[in-house]
Amino acid sequence: MGEIIQVLISGILVGGIYALISMGLNLILGVVRIINFAHGEFLMLAMYLSFFLYSVWGLDPYVSALLVVLILFVFGLFIQRIIIQPILNTSATVKIFVTLGLSIALQNFALMLWRADFRSVHTAYQTAVINVGTVAVSIPRLIAFIVAIIVALGMYLFLNKTLVGKAIRAVAMEKRAAALMGINVKRIYLLAFAIGSAIVGLAGALLIPIYYVFPTVGTLFVLISFVVVVLGGMGSMLGAFLGGIIIGLVEAIAGVVIAPGLKEAVYFIIFILVLLFRPSGLFSLGKGSEEVGLK
Amino acid sequence: MLKCESMNLFYGEVQALWDVNLEVKEGEIVALLGANAAGKSTTINAISGLEKLSSGKILFEGTEIQKKDPHEIVEMGIVQVPEGRKLFSYMTIEENLELGAYSKRARANFKQNLETVFELFPILKERRKQLAGSMSGGQQQMCAVARGLMGNPKFLMIDELSLGLAPLVVKQLFEVLTQISKRGITILLVEQNVKQSLAIANSAFVLKNGRLALSGKASEVANDPTLHQAYLGK
Repeated sequence: MGEIIQVLISGILVGGIYALISMGLNLILGVVRIINFAHGEFLMLAMYLSFFLYSVWGLDPYVSALLVVLILFVFGLFIQRIIIQPILNTSATVKIFVTLGLSIALQNFALMLWRADFRSVHTAYQTAVINVGTVAVSIPRLIAFIVAIIVALGMYLFLNKTLVGKAIRAVAMEKRAAALMGINVKRIYLLAFAIGSAIVGLAGALLIPIYYVFPTVGTLFVLISFVVVVLGGMGSMLGAFLGGIIIGLVEAIAGVVIAPGLKEAVYFIIFILVLLFRPSGLFSLGKGSEEVGLK
Repeated sequence: MLKCESMNLFYGEVQALWDVNLEVKEGEIVALLGANAAGKSTTINAISGLEKLSSGKILFEGTEIQKKDPHEIVEMGIVQVPEGRKLFSYMTIEENLELGAYSKRARANFKQNLETVFELFPILKERRKQLAGSMSGGQQQMCAVARGLMGNPKFLMIDELSLGLAPLVVKQLFEVLTQISKRGITILLVEQNVKQSLAIANSAFVLKNGRLALSGKASEVANDPTLHQAYLGK
């Protein structure tokens, strides 16, 4: 019994990280309608940033998180303005190749500067756990999970209660009509891309106390977040959050029940099944949203 | 108020507008008529800045606007109610109206405009918490017009107001248009419903295959055989 609860809790907690990464990806996908294949590399950059702030300046990852988020926000603005904006009216193929190209470029940039070594930070609380009965809860993972919930709630309030948030949703639903309301669509794109990058930046900062960083670490997580986005529904923040938790759980359970090496196979089977039977996802924005990113 | 001078516009290789001239005077209701694909929507999209001219000018109150972005044009008081309503379906009526007043010029008059809009369309007030996409076609069109009015326009362009709606609803909406006009808002009405449009319009322009085929007072246009040709071909 204790073992089962342990597995479930680990799954849910790791799902929080997946949720964070996926919320960033999904915001960009839903609003700017571009599949950012370089999203994982944004995560990688955030992790390196967090790592170097720790190893050079001794800044604790949780302290430097705010700085990382800010830098990733600005980085997102820059990428959207310089790289994404010029290709927005081109075909889906161009968009895919540009962001894929950016992904490869950033990976190799990291490889050149920082080599392929696995690096990690060593903090006092790294292996700290809270024991609840026989169940051990890792503190860094718990923190990541709680932050994921706060971000999800914050995004919900921002998108539903503020005028700018509503404008972001309006652009996601009907971009031409939004322009006719006086909404500066390009500026909303910039904002959405930057917020999406900032969220993945936060995920990076929360991940560094738990995981290694290396130049291709992003691909590992971005693949999962694609599964999460498809499962939860493209463009849906709630979907990304719940999808993240579900995939975290599935991964943990599959690791125990089937085999740790097969957990990827399990969630990619889910990925294929969702695409076959419910392509708009479990919590999608509605009809047609499965085509988001290709229009 | 609005003057378009020899507008030419291309969609890729295809020319959609050929030397089109238009003029709308302040306080008027002007009908822009023509068959499908005559260039009506293209014309008002060019005025709204959604499509860019390849040559020609658009002057609003003496200022050239053909190079401006849509949101800058809205800020000047030109608002378009797009074809097919294009409501934000997964938002409530209230949120749609709120977004209609997104521009700086509209935000200042938000309360007053909301009152006016609820006066014109009491049903919207009643259903303001309902999702826009869940309403009937007629109510959605009311919401679209209301959302446009929330933009505090001097000049309101409405694309296919009557499309797909029951005759009774159409009649109601046209009545509202005359009320809006009485409030001092200039209206450009893009319509397939020729008879009803000409009945309330002061003047009219008729497009055919992207070219201006006819223009003049509404009463003259109504009796001109060119009007029928523009719709029936030949």
